[in-house]
Amino acid sequence: MAASAIVGASGFGNWGRLAAQQALSQDQLLDFDTFGNVSLIHITDIHAQLKPVWFREPEINLGVGSNKGHVPHITGADFRRLYGIEDGSPSHYALTYDDFAALGQTYGKMGGIDRCATVINNIRAARPDALLLDGGDTWHGSYTCYQTQGQDVVNVMNLLKPDAMTFHWEFTLGSDRVRDIVNDLPFAALGQNIFDSEWDEPAEDFAPYKFFERGGVNIAVIGQAFPYMPIANPGWMFPEYSFGIRDQNMQAMVDEVRSKGAELVVCLSHNGFDVDKKMAERVTGIDVILAGHTHDALPEPVLVGDTIIIASGSNGKFISRVDLDVRDGRMMGFRHKLIPIFSDVITPDQDVAAAIEAERAPFADALTEVIGKTADDTVLFRRGNFNGSWDDLICEALIEQREADISMSPGVRWGPSIMPGQDITREDIWNVTSMTYGKAYRTEMTGEFIHTILEDVADNLFNPDPYYQQGGDMVRIGGMGYRIDITKPMGSRISAMTILKTGEAIDPAKNYMVAGWASVNEGTEGPQVWDVVEDHIREKGTVSVAPNTSVQVVGA
Amino acid sequence: MKLTRRHTLMLAMGSAAAAMLPMASFGATEDAIAAFTGGAEIGAGGITLTAPEIAENGNTVPIEVNAPGAAAILVLAAGNPTPAVATFNFGPLAATQHASTRVRLAGTQDVIAIARMPDGSFVQAKQEVKVTIGGCGG
Repeated sequence: MAASAIVGASGFGNWGRLAAQQALSQDQLLDFDTFGNVSLIHITDIHAQLKPVWFREPEINLGVGSNKGHVPHITGADFRRLYGIEDGSPSHYALTYDDFAALGQTYGKMGGIDRCATVINNIRAARPDALLLDGGDTWHGSYTCYQTQGQDVVNVMNLLKPDAMTFHWEFTLGSDRVRDIVNDLPFAALGQNIFDSEWDEPAEDFAPYKFFERGGVNIAVIGQAFPYMPIANPGWMFPEYSFGIRDQNMQAMVDEVRSKGAELVVCLSHNGFDVDKKMAERVTGIDVILAGHTHDALPEPVLVGDTIIIASGSNGKFISRVDLDVRDGRMMGFRHKLIPIFSDVITPDQDVAAAIEAERAPFADALTEVIGKTADDTVLFRRGNFNGSWDDLICEALIEQREADISMSPGVRWGPSIMPGQDITREDIWNVTSMTYGKAYRTEMTGEFIHTILEDVADNLFNPDPYYQQGGDMVRIGGMGYRIDITKPMGSRISAMTILKTGEAIDPAKNYMVAGWASVNEGTEGPQVWDVVEDHIREKGTVSVAPNTSVQVVGA
Repeated sequence: MKLTRRHTLMLAMGSAAAAMLPMASFGATEDAIAAFTGGAEIGAGGITLTAPEIAENGNTVPIEVNAPGAAAILVLAAGNPTPAVATFNFGPLAATQHASTRVRLAGTQDVIAIARMPDGSFVQAKQEVKVTIGGCGG
């Protein structure tokens, strides 16, 4: 079947136009003309955000190699032009970064798993046997998730009755805890690329795929966990497991499910968008890839050959509905809608809302304690390839509280935003810092070693082959500026490293005191980073973060 | 980042490899290939090399080679001080011409597998395996 033979439509323009008329309503957001015989519901990268959040999308998201200038590497006004989104519309606010604070006043917070439940129930009312698939990064990222080792999110998500899930940050709970949860999970835990590290055989705790009979169609859902778990996260926390892309095994699994009669093959993936695109080029026979990890939200699927790739955003901001017409063992057409979860428009599901409150109640005092506030000129955000104001603040805290020359903060893509003039609570700080390896180290590094780290991380982001990318952003640096040429090979991208305070060049042979957090090495010592940041914000009272001009980007 | 001895060693090895190996090791790899092929032309196809794109642990990287019908398969780590990894010889009664092992990689480099077919022709597969510090996934 040629790609052009797939009849596709996306309902995105619909809510975009309605929204521009200031006529947002739940009915309009959920409006969908049920199509074909199968419905997929995709949610991913929730990062334990059970409550609605502010979440600013990236300004800088550079693509390299064949992905340069293609979605998701298009942002701001260019993104709006590409999809015909009017300036000032709710979709402008939901999908792009600019005018974030002003538009937020109009359109409010997004997400909330109780609102997601309403959307899912609505889809199930139209298609009772719709499949709900969770792309992972679910049991990580909040105060309550940390304190309960993920149990709060597990309890709430179970009420949504997912059919399958795959994984990434879940493994940072430690492999014993992950197995504890997975053993009791009332749905499938999938990952064709989760292997036993000792024997290099498929891990027995995670099935590669599961069959579902829905709408008279035999559907195989194949899981693809984050491929670079022991590299991007501390491998010592889950030493029994090995990952990798393993696209040859993916092909073998696709062939196996096809030979067992699968009429529709869905890959529930945590590869990251560009890796999924390449995998779709190399593996034949996948109809739908539900993409996660890189936190992209796209209003239309991307077609690669006969495969459609769906990107559903992060932090509960969006749910994708994909209706498919499957006949004679083939996907003949699709209808798709990226549903934005405007929390003030969509009515919370009462049962799920009550369950969320019950999970939070034991921690209410700690969560709501106000530590400081933002100045009227400051939005705290994280997303972007090089720096975010949240990271600038964390880097400043590390330098000042830990008496360092230079600070480093990991280029993760999770962490909601804070609006100008808003109180910063302990929960807000934990939303951008909580993890099971959050200790703030303080150590001497030579200038040469700092350069090596920057080059290494830059190659994880800007290697022209997506299979060599890990899907995070550039490590955030405090106290030091540098130039990066993203078109150069590894080892020659980073130059002009300079101490900002004095303007002096970094000496490769000299030692510098570096403070940072989220080391993947076992036995890291220091205070928890959230305590460091809390002390810093408490001292400041009101935090103001000036625009960061310390990174000069070449070749974008 | 608290530097463990292993990471420090790995980095030291990595930078040493980058500084001096392109010449030395390139020559050693060329020599090893020439010794195996006798300078014959090397084709592609008919041989599969399975290796991770990014090594989870550079000290023990699982690799697999498969070349149906091959008489022998040479495996090289082109960036190691000593590139030779293994030569697998298959007798006429071998049911499959398939082998797997684990290799230690000094840094990011190509892993090369060359199969000698019974007719004396050669085919090659190559893959870059990255050895990285890691630690910043999103």
